[in-house]
Amino acid sequence: MKKTRHLQILILIVTVISIQLLTQATDTSYYLTQLTMSAYYSLVIIGLSLVMGYAGQISIGHAGFFAIGGYMSALLTTHNLLPYKDSTFVLILSKAGLLVSRQDLYGTDLLTVHPWVSCILAIVITIVIAYVIGGPVLKLKGHYLAMATLGFGIIIFRIVLGSSIFGEADGLSDVPAFALLPGIEVSGKMPVRVLNYYIAWTMVVTGMVLLSNLVNSRIGRALRSIHGSEDAANAMGVNISKYKLHTFVLSAVFAAVAGVMLTHYNGGIGPSEASVMKSVRYVAIVAIGGMANLWGALIMGVLLNFLSLRGYFGSMDDAIFGGILIIIMLFAPNGLLRLEILGRLKKAKPKTGTEQA
Amino acid sequence: MNIELFSQYLVAGLTYGIIYSIVAIGFNIIYNTTGIINFAQGEFVMIGGMTAVTLYNFMPMPLAIAAAVIITMIIGALIEIVFIRWLVSPSVLRMIIITIGISIITREIALHVWDEKVRALPYFTGTAVTSISIGGVHISPQVIWVVGICTLVVLVLNFFFSYTLLGKQMRACSSNRNAARLCGISAKNMVTLSFVLSAGIGALAGCIVSPITYVQYDSGTGLAIKGFTVAVLGGLGNSMAAVAAGIILGVLESFSIWIMPTAFKDAISISILLLILFVRPGGIFGNKEALSLKEF
Repeated sequence: MKKTRHLQILILIVTVISIQLLTQATDTSYYLTQLTMSAYYSLVIIGLSLVMGYAGQISIGHAGFFAIGGYMSALLTTHNLLPYKDSTFVLILSKAGLLVSRQDLYGTDLLTVHPWVSCILAIVITIVIAYVIGGPVLKLKGHYLAMATLGFGIIIFRIVLGSSIFGEADGLSDVPAFALLPGIEVSGKMPVRVLNYYIAWTMVVTGMVLLSNLVNSRIGRALRSIHGSEDAANAMGVNISKYKLHTFVLSAVFAAVAGVMLTHYNGGIGPSEASVMKSVRYVAIVAIGGMANLWGALIMGVLLNFLSLRGYFGSMDDAIFGGILIIIMLFAPNGLLRLEILGRLKKAKPKTGTEQA
Repeated sequence: MNIELFSQYLVAGLTYGIIYSIVAIGFNIIYNTTGIINFAQGEFVMIGGMTAVTLYNFMPMPLAIAAAVIITMIIGALIEIVFIRWLVSPSVLRMIIITIGISIITREIALHVWDEKVRALPYFTGTAVTSISIGGVHISPQVIWVVGICTLVVLVLNFFFSYTLLGKQMRACSSNRNAARLCGISAKNMVTLSFVLSAGIGALAGCIVSPITYVQYDSGTGLAIKGFTVAVLGGLGNSMAAVAAGIILGVLESFSIWIMPTAFKDAISISILLLILFVRPGGIFGNKEALSLKEF
């Protein structure tokens, strides 16, 4: 078990590096931009896979958490605090080294929160919101749970769309680069494209290591027992509400981190990131990947987001995700990338061989 | 706030409330026979409104509305037959995802058939500025149409479910599907019928409200959320309570504009939904026992 897990991670790392080398060799490094963005979206998707597939709880509001992360960091890193620079609160912040002075494109002096600080704040806020929302929401089941999470997503969407502080329909732009370490910065600028590809994929690999260890641990078994039957799990001494809540919060953090990083990478965020369609898309990809299948979710997440971002689906983008969703749920509710299917193929192969002979 | 303005807001709230109740009743009909929440319910309203607007170019309005309702009913039946009828005891999660998928596909098809333009039927009597003054409150005749037709729909449905054989069969399926089948009722046909019925009601609602609220390819989602809120508020499956709950939500929403910007109107009704779900998932008129009998 442990060996296959190490092997899977190793294969992922090798694939990531070889794709980069391949694009370099074939001079198609422009693909890396979409691959980087897909990687961040995949972070949301593997987090959601934990909630949906392993704990069996649907969430049609994960774009909300993505947006909370993205918008909080965008707001904090672009909101100019210079007019308040004499207030005690801002003075304390700046003394503590939490603020940075910089200039925007037009040379105006800005005093904004440091990206690291805003990133941590965004994640803390997400955790708080996820706990507050998740506590009562996860007591619900079935349709009620679906509607409640959908409702949460719509509330976030309405708030970012209706508040002038979040830029209303325009969203927030001019988000500065996020220097993780001196010299390593998250931004969409050309010279750091390869570096950013590796930053994004390092995060995905870290996320995968974390989650695949989690689902193969005692916690993972507890979660699967909840998915099987909550009552039975409860009777076996699994604290179901605690496990469900912590899983939900963890996946919200994944979404928020992805939101923060992608906002710095794109240099902005718009309300469409919080829309219901985004949440549905995440659910669709988890479903296609096979619900309780982190690797399926990752592969499908990268593949479909990449194709979508490259514009292969054209104006049919939403329709294609809707169509995939229905077809998968009708004909293969356990997802496409299942070992059973592989097993069936293997069984089928020798048959065709004998026929030929 | 003076009394006149107060009553004006009350009337506006009432109108929207009744629209929400009709959508909620559509949810309830399908929920009662299948235990499914049809996330594509709002799309029926949209299709009804859009089809009526298109047909109105070729025929008089009553005929256009009737045709739109029938077309939507056929679409409802097709959706059930193609996507739902042949599934063998699907899980709730699977059904939720399928109906969400149907809703997306319907919306996208509507976007390609019609376009992004906002449409509306003309007012049934008078124009947008005609108003009847009752005690200093100005009411558009369309509001009276909406209230009248919706009341009629509720009464007819009530009669249908209480006194006709078909209605009783549908109710039998909702209370115990296996027992109903043992009595020779085709449960599958009843499910199809419930889709037809709720598509028809949705379409009718879409037609009569389109002069006031307008229709657009994506106007279904918002209505579906409101309708669901109302259905839960009244207690899922309880159509009469849905009317009361609809009016409560409509009025609350209408008065929320006093304290909050209009942009947050939707956020308010959804917050109410979340609150109800957290505090009283059986609805304000429901009781816990009835809730525990329903399967999710």
